[in-house]
Amino acid sequence: MASETMTRSGGHDALRSFLKRTAQFLLVLATTLLGLIAVTFFIGRVVPIDPVIAIVGDRAPAHVYERAREELGLDLPLIQQFGIYVKKAVTGDFGNSVLTTNPVMTDIANVFPATLELATLGTIIGTLLGIPLGVLAAVKRGSLIDQLVRLLGLVGYSVPIFWLGLMSLLLFYAKLGWVGGPGRIDVTYSYLYTPVTGIVLLDTAMQGQWDAFWDAVSHIALPACLLGYFSLAYISRMTRSFMLNELAQEYVIAARVKGLSEMRVIWRHALRNAAVPLVTVIALSYANLLEGSVLTETVFAWPGLGQYITNSLQNADMNAVLGGTLVIGAVFVLLNLVSDLLYRLLDPRTR
Amino acid sequence: MTKPLLDVEDLRVRFHLRTGTVEAVRGVSFQLGRERLGIVGESGSGKSQTGRAILGLTPPPGEVTAQRLAFDGIDLLTASKRTLRELRGGRISMVMQDPKYSLNPVMTIGEQIIEAYRAHARKAGRGEARDRALAMLEAVKMRDPGRVFALYPHEVSGGMGQRAMIAMMLVTEPDLLIADEPTSALDVTVSMEVLRILDELVSERGMGLIFISHDLKLVSSFCDRVLVMYAGRVVEELQAKHLREAKHPYTQGLMSCLPTLANDVRPLPTLNRDPAWAQ
Ligand SMILES: Nc1ncnc2c1ncn2[C@@H]1O[C@H](COP(=O)(O)OP(=O)(O)OP(=O)(O)O)[C@@H](O)[C@H]1O
Ligand SMILES: [Mg+2]
Repeated sequence: MASETMTRSGGHDALRSFLKRTAQFLLVLATTLLGLIAVTFFIGRVVPIDPVIAIVGDRAPAHVYERAREELGLDLPLIQQFGIYVKKAVTGDFGNSVLTTNPVMTDIANVFPATLELATLGTIIGTLLGIPLGVLAAVKRGSLIDQLVRLLGLVGYSVPIFWLGLMSLLLFYAKLGWVGGPGRIDVTYSYLYTPVTGIVLLDTAMQGQWDAFWDAVSHIALPACLLGYFSLAYISRMTRSFMLNELAQEYVIAARVKGLSEMRVIWRHALRNAAVPLVTVIALSYANLLEGSVLTETVFAWPGLGQYITNSLQNADMNAVLGGTLVIGAVFVLLNLVSDLLYRLLDPRTR
Repeated sequence: MTKPLLDVEDLRVRFHLRTGTVEAVRGVSFQLGRERLGIVGESGSGKSQTGRAILGLTPPPGEVTAQRLAFDGIDLLTASKRTLRELRGGRISMVMQDPKYSLNPVMTIGEQIIEAYRAHARKAGRGEARDRALAMLEAVKMRDPGRVFALYPHEVSGGMGQRAMIAMMLVTEPDLLIADEPTSALDVTVSMEVLRILDELVSERGMGLIFISHDLKLVSSFCDRVLVMYAGRVVEELQAKHLREAKHPYTQGLMSCLPTLANDVRPLPTLNRDPAWAQ
């Protein structure tokens, strides 16, 4: 036999490959962000919206218009404008929002935590329920629970989210009074804590304001469950199909031959393998929610990123739109890299 | 005669499919002591399904019936799930065809052997299980057991993978091993090495062995007794050394298909099948 093992790396190689991967990671991050900046810049120049008019109004005299134009640097050659834009963008400066007059970054720093909070909770709900449901559906293929999972998925795809949102508000808030209404927290509680992270559940809990915390819970419950439901519909369907694939593999039979319990065969052997592609699915679903679910945010008066960008778009507030777009892009890139990292961690064949 | 280790009488495996019922195994009977029994037959003749039925691992739409299916006096058809699970891996084990698919790709070889051991020696601590796993890797002639222990299945060659599989399936010291084409996925030289190791371990530990293959020559050199299966039935049962006395035309056909160096037959003979054999 020529060589007993096909691959093996010592500690030295491991360190080098780690450094190499980190460098690659940073390079990908940098180029992707630069690409995004370029795209948003050119979109900003191509759309038929005059940023000067957006500021001075369309009745301003010519000299006022000119001065504003110079102040914005719009008289410079395009390439120079781009240079300035990049320089500002990397320091997080996207100019001011016309609508709110604040720096765009400040606005985003205000609205993003709301979206982050909702999306994270939604994803946690979707994952914690979606995976076991998907596993059960695959294990008991053709059974009632399998049909139920498929029905959930179907409804998740075909029922408009705003309708479901309105109906659930009507039922659980207006009729039953089980949950708080629209918004993140009641006004009465909103002065009891100081926003630090911008994530209300975290802020109130850290400051020991438990009444405020529970009020915030009652407000986020409904929209989080709604997003969780859509995430669940997707995750359970994918879990089911990944699990069906794994359960048909030979190593599952080998695990049973070893006399392992069915629990162990399913959760430790099959699911552990299905988890590899699932990471990507969950990351994708999370990214979709982080983009800001405009409809959900609108129905629940949730002051998040989706609403912010939609508002800015409707008011031709280009700085805000482009800044928001860039943030969403960065979130996608980041999640992509994280899921890539997890993927490697879970699957030794990719290391 | 002492009580046999395995007693199979009129074993049938049926798959009820939407398109009709497929009878994979149609009345197989044999007894087995601590000896080596070979099962040969062409693809689809029901060899693997016979082995799986003994382990109670017939896949879902399948239904198993038998006049008698007993292991060491335990009726496998009426045994509780718990009893079956204790037998599986503990007293009856199976080496499967291709280590590339039959080892879990995301667990190290060591973890998989330890898991097999601890499934049956529940009180064993991690240290003891680790020692046993390492000893087992040594028993299958791994050159550097400590290193192989930490490797993932994709990091080893096919021959090493199959030896790891044997280590995993024998770590509990079972009484009966079913080897379902254990070398079909390996190339010739490696396959000889694996067979030698299997041979040694089976003799050393005095296990019963069911060796499944479609290679009549290999089976007859490896086993004491040979069952020839055709279309779910045993068409002939022979002592390996009396292979030449085969009466059934299917076995004779199989034998005349074996290439020999001495008299090169051209054109190569083809195997004739008579629908009557399947009756
Ligand atoms: N899950 C299943 N559903 C339906 N029929 C099946 C199933 N598994 C096996 N069979 C049937 O059982 C028959 C015997 O299969 P088996 O795997 O025992 O053959 P084999 O002798 O091991 O063949 P090979 O040499 O190819 O491994 C096959 O012809 C097939 O039609
Ligand atoms: Mg087979």
